[in-house]
Amino acid sequence: MLKKFWFLSIIIIIAIILPFIVQSSYYQHIFILILIWGTLGVAWNLLGGYTGQVSFGHAAFFGLGAYGAGLLAFHLHISPWWGMIVGPVAAVIISIPIGLICFRLRGPYFALAMLAVGEICRLIFTEWVPFTNGAMGILTLTTFSSKLPYYYIGLAVLLLSIYTVYRLMASRAGYYFVSIREDQDTAESLGIPTTKYKMYSLIPSAFFSGLAGAFYMNYMNYIEPSIVFSLPDVSIMIIMVVILGGVATLWGPLIGAIIYVVLSELFRSSLGSAHLLVFGVIVCLVIMYMPNGVMGEANKIKKLFRRKGAHIGSEMT
Amino acid sequence: MSHFEVKNLVKKFGGLTAVNDVSFSIEKGKIFGLIGPNGSGKTTIFNCINHYYPLSGGKIYFKEKRIDKLPTYEICKLGIGRTFQIVKPLRRMTTLENVMSGAFLKTSNITEAKNKALEVLDFCDLFRHRHFPAKGLTIANKKRLEIARALATEPELLLLDEVAAGLNPKETETAMEIIQKIRSSGITILIVEHVMKVMMGISDRIMVINFGKEIARGTPQEIVNNQEVIKAYLGESYAQGK
Repeated sequence: MLKKFWFLSIIIIIAIILPFIVQSSYYQHIFILILIWGTLGVAWNLLGGYTGQVSFGHAAFFGLGAYGAGLLAFHLHISPWWGMIVGPVAAVIISIPIGLICFRLRGPYFALAMLAVGEICRLIFTEWVPFTNGAMGILTLTTFSSKLPYYYIGLAVLLLSIYTVYRLMASRAGYYFVSIREDQDTAESLGIPTTKYKMYSLIPSAFFSGLAGAFYMNYMNYIEPSIVFSLPDVSIMIIMVVILGGVATLWGPLIGAIIYVVLSELFRSSLGSAHLLVFGVIVCLVIMYMPNGVMGEANKIKKLFRRKGAHIGSEMT
Repeated sequence: MSHFEVKNLVKKFGGLTAVNDVSFSIEKGKIFGLIGPNGSGKTTIFNCINHYYPLSGGKIYFKEKRIDKLPTYEICKLGIGRTFQIVKPLRRMTTLENVMSGAFLKTSNITEAKNKALEVLDFCDLFRHRHFPAKGLTIANKKRLEIARALATEPELLLLDEVAAGLNPKETETAMEIIQKIRSSGITILIVEHVMKVMMGISDRIMVINFGKEIARGTPQEIVNNQEVIKAYLGESYAQGK
């Protein structure tokens, strides 16, 4: 426990001083992208990884968060930073009816419904020009000229999401989430109201996706429906990031985000839009040889040692 | 009224009547056995009791409360625990985590749930397997895990669905001991089992069903000597061997 605490402290300290060591604004931009993707991955992982409710449309929450911020600036001319509250709330409000309807059913209904919701959002925000400015998107003014404030806000958002998931998973809700994923019949027979607990998983997931979206809007200062509601570039990519890093692990999504962002930056200049191919190949290799992702396999090795220790301990008592 | 009562239970799957007008009641603290050939509707009765299936007709009462319209998790909260004939372990959780998931019904505190789970694991002779993932357990241990998980919810009525099926004689012995221990702790038990040694050894009363209908009811001794039961289920050789 103490060792874990020190390890965590060191990581956080490194994360805090990192932008002072690496002062190139290009690298800082990459860090911020990692923070955004990390938050998205953590949010998806809570629902898809731990609770087993795979969503093919988290772009809906991400985009609603982004547009929540963007539309405030566009229509009301107030700071898009207010979107950091409005965006996640909008995502949560949309998530509730979807969950209440789909979580009563088993099987792929939720995944497919989310796929549809993501696409519906994209179409609405593209076609409803008077309200959303359509495909022209929304442009806002940059708040900070330096990347540092963005970095720290992004870091705070990511750490908050990781902390929330950590606390949830260390509580009764966490055990219930995994029980639901492993066997819904068993969960019900143990007195777990499965629909309710799936909602408890969906709401924070939608909230942090929306928060990531709102932050993305504030950082990029430009959004359009085909970017933030994109099926391949957001909805599917979140899943890839989490699979790569490790499904149902606390830090896996962040590891996945690091690999994804760094790879796409490395190959984008040389391969153009084909850089996704490289990423796809790597995801295939990971699924074949490390089916639990980078963090998932690391845990396995660690657990091997830990279990040996526990066994010795039990013999001594 | 009895502790637990099933009245005129009917369950139809399309044109097939799997359970046809079955009634029985169980007194507090007793073991009630349910036997019958394969496909006679025993597990269906279980699935109706904990509302895994909706009923086609009839009523179920527990502690003088009608429960047949309640969802599965509410029935568990009222105090009816069940095991599954085809074991359903929470595969990627450890044995301890499996049982903790049950123990969380009565507490939201991690330490309390863990202590409760460890106590139950000890009771069911699974303590040394507590850190193993449930998917790696042997069938005997998985069956016991089913019992342990149900016990962790602190039920007043426990539905045991073929907990001795597929076990070797030694394991069957252990299973019987556990069931006896559960009974002495005051829990009422409804048990379905094909292993006659188990059923005859522990049941207070037995009901025999065939094609979803009751064909006999009585003490184990009465059942063994009932001609219709011998014809439908036990077979001549069993009766003679007795």
